Amino acid sequence: MSQLTALEHDSYPAEQFEDTQQQSLAATLGMWTFLATEVLFFGVLFTGFYMYRMRWPDAFADGAKDLKWYLGGINTAVLLGSSYFVALAVEAARSGDRRRIVRNLLIAIALGVMFIGIKFTEYGIEYHDHLVPSLNFSSVSPEGQPRATQEQIFMTYYFVMTGFHALHMIVGLCVLAVIAFFARRGKFSAAYHNPVEIAGLYWHFVDLVWVFVFPTLYLLRHP
Amino acid sequence: MTTEAQHDQPTSRTYFLVLVGLLILLALTVGAAFLKIPGHTWGMIIALTIAFAKALLIALYFMHVKFSHKQVAAFAAAGFVWLGILITLTASDYITRNHPASMNYKGEPRYLQSDYPGR
Amino acid sequence: MTTGTVPYIPAVEVEERETYLNVSGKIRSWLLTRDHKRIALLYLISITFFFFIGGAAATLMRLELMTPARDLVRPETYNRLFTIHGVVMVWFFLIPAVPTTIGNFVIPLMIGARDLAFPRLNLASWYLFVFGGCFTVAAIVLGGVDTGWTFYTPYSSVYSNTNVVLTIVGIFITGFSSIFTGINFIVTIHTMRAPGMYWRRLPLFCWSLYATSCILVLATPVLAMTVTLLAIERIFHVPIFDPNRGGDPLLFQHLFWFYSHPAVYVMIVPGFAVVSEVVACFSRKRVFGYWFVAGSSIAVAFISFLVWGHHLFVAGMSMYGGIVFSFLSFTVAVPSAIKVFNWTATMYNGSVSLKTPMLYALGFIGLFTMGGLTGVFLATLAVDVHLTDTYFIVAHFHYIMVGGMVTAFLAGIHFWFPKATGKMYPEWAGRIAAGLIFFGFNLTFFPQFILGYLGMPRRYAGYPEEFHLLNVMSSAGASILALGYVMPLVYLIWSIKYGKDAGPNPWKAMGMEWTVPSPPPKENFTKIPVVTQEAYAYHMMTPQGGDGPILPPAPPGERVEGGKPVDVEWSKQ
Ligand SMILES: [Cu+2]
Repeated sequence: MSQLTALEHDSYPAEQFEDTQQQSLAATLGMWTFLATEVLFFGVLFTGFYMYRMRWPDAFADGAKDLKWYLGGINTAVLLGSSYFVALAVEAARSGDRRRIVRNLLIAIALGVMFIGIKFTEYGIEYHDHLVPSLNFSSVSPEGQPRATQEQIFMTYYFVMTGFHALHMIVGLCVLAVIAFFARRGKFSAAYHNPVEIAGLYWHFVDLVWVFVFPTLYLLRHP
Repeated sequence: MTTEAQHDQPTSRTYFLVLVGLLILLALTVGAAFLKIPGHTWGMIIALTIAFAKALLIALYFMHVKFSHKQVAAFAAAGFVWLGILITLTASDYITRNHPASMNYKGEPRYLQSDYPGR
Repeated sequence: MTTGTVPYIPAVEVEERETYLNVSGKIRSWLLTRDHKRIALLYLISITFFFFIGGAAATLMRLELMTPARDLVRPETYNRLFTIHGVVMVWFFLIPAVPTTIGNFVIPLMIGARDLAFPRLNLASWYLFVFGGCFTVAAIVLGGVDTGWTFYTPYSSVYSNTNVVLTIVGIFITGFSSIFTGINFIVTIHTMRAPGMYWRRLPLFCWSLYATSCILVLATPVLAMTVTLLAIERIFHVPIFDPNRGGDPLLFQHLFWFYSHPAVYVMIVPGFAVVSEVVACFSRKRVFGYWFVAGSSIAVAFISFLVWGHHLFVAGMSMYGGIVFSFLSFTVAVPSAIKVFNWTATMYNGSVSLKTPMLYALGFIGLFTMGGLTGVFLATLAVDVHLTDTYFIVAHFHYIMVGGMVTAFLAGIHFWFPKATGKMYPEWAGRIAAGLIFFGFNLTFFPQFILGYLGMPRRYAGYPEEFHLLNVMSSAGASILALGYVMPLVYLIWSIKYGKDAGPNPWKAMGMEWTVPSPPPKENFTKIPVVTQEAYAYHMMTPQGGDGPILPPAPPGERVEGGKPVDVEWSKQ
């Protein structure tokens, strides 16, 4: 969606619009509508997670303790930082400062890649701890603690939630890279920078989802 | 969206303050998780309240909802309101359902087979 | 949009005029088009194809049910038949039916825009639709699915050995197609209205499709993620809904129906949209209670999100939850009833002409009322325990979806056919088909109410001897219904080539789509019109009430009628 919106600019304003302001509002509203669907897309996972959390409080609290909260915490900080730089890039786009757009976007992309890196390191640790359901989930932790069967449900939710989030991150990184490329080629100006804003919205949204994923999975450690 | 509210756009300084605020909230939520709060309800409420505060900061400042057309705010809220409907009404079943398996897992739930072989 | 006393001068140069149809004849120009009108026709062809696939499955089922014995197909095949029928009809016909064809075609024309806000996204969503359809067709060809269109877990995720995942992939992709259509409509109606087209002047068709789009955008992602979870459980054998490992099958049902109950309104609210336009036009009257009709569309869309639990009454849901959902389900009846009362009040004292679209619209009102009233039975917790999973349910939702939506779809197709093609269909054929469909439909589905009340369960290939007569009636009705559906296909295609020229406004209807020539030019309007009037000013057309032609939009400031400006505020009602 964001890519499509970003690409709808053969002529500016496009032929179906009367003026640039109309096109800008349409693109913004379109992106926000898409983000509303994304809220519900992830919302299903949160709904299921919290219903099961009420049913199996002990198993889910144990699951949270089996995750590495500090890795999740560091990742949150990394992603918030990345969002900050995207916000700066959008601001630069408004003043038409091409070099500042590119520089801020590159920092944001670097932080995003770092997030993905930490995330996959974490997946490795979980595999090592025998926490992957149906692949190597073990009813005994490496430290010899027994694990409830329902902790598999927790881990399933963990992998689905973080997996879909990572997928959105990867899409977002590609979008930011395309935007940075076009910004470098001088495609955006103070008069025309809508795609930068739209891509920024998407990236902030990915950040916003993580803001909920992190406490949900990592921090509910008490049954 | 941009042209209407160009005059009170946030500055780099605003963004930086928002980032600092977000990081402080992050520290708070991690700290709260290690407090000994009995029961899962309060832990959940604290964690989610802080998460909402962070989300609000991101939406209002980073995503410019505060500086945009009023419609944008309505669109942004819609997704969350509908998610609220989904969670509330689903919970209306789960909270009141006397489920046979709702007992502690250590107390041998009724139809749980721990040796379930997968498929 | 305006009315006047100046006679309409018919266009002489019909042959030379460039329209959206003849602007380029190449296949490539159709497959890469960004014109909403062409995309609407692409959709129309695709959904007609799917309609006949779903119809074929229904035909086989009705043939099987001619006799009590399970003789024509094996029970396993029967399971696949009703699943195919459900999946194809719900996701590949009913949900896209009106929005993507008629909606796509007329929304920009109605609000005075050159196109939807995101024309490429519109084309992309058609490709997604076709791509998703390919997966579903592949699943059918490779042996079908036997879970029923609801995919209840754990049967679908653990036990069934049919092509569940393939079908789900198809539904997932198609779901995104409808989300994109919804986004496009919402943004278009918000930002692309012509000057003067205030919300209070917005045609009711657009109000209803706006409500529909909200449902599409807010409910479809829930379905997408829910079936994804199902697929994940099935492919990776991880526990999510499997009760053997602590999962809860009811969670699937909650999530599924959070989508699928509102989806019922995706299937019926566009029907309201069409009927509001048709009833006003053929009664030559302003719609009675414009704000109530517009508001009830929005209200129905909102309430539809609060009632899904009535599908879980006997599934093991909490009794308290059941009571809450039962109560909330009753509230749906209020906006639905407002609609029906307002349509009948619009017809009252109007000069009603029973043209084909109007016949369909009248059929819609009757059948929808039947379907809606029997829905109240099912919303009643205690009665539902008796009627769940019987043919009563089958009859109820077919009255809404087939009696309601398919009828409204045909009303719309007949209403806007002259606009889209510039030709008229033979009126007598249209009336015969409308009659056949109404008669065949009732003969098919009314006996099923009785069957269900007597206790015949749905989804079985055989049944006891005493249900024979009613089932034979139902099958006989189905064959008449099938004939009724084939007829429009034949005469409409015939009319494209041989029909009489329609002119820009054969129905003398209000609405901006009738001010442009038929078929419309590629860019819809040479100059974006300025709206100075409410949407249903039929009472103002001529002093005699209803024979005055509509003029092409005039530049602002030149609109006068008998020396007086025609800008009429809605509040004058
Ligand atoms: Cu329902």
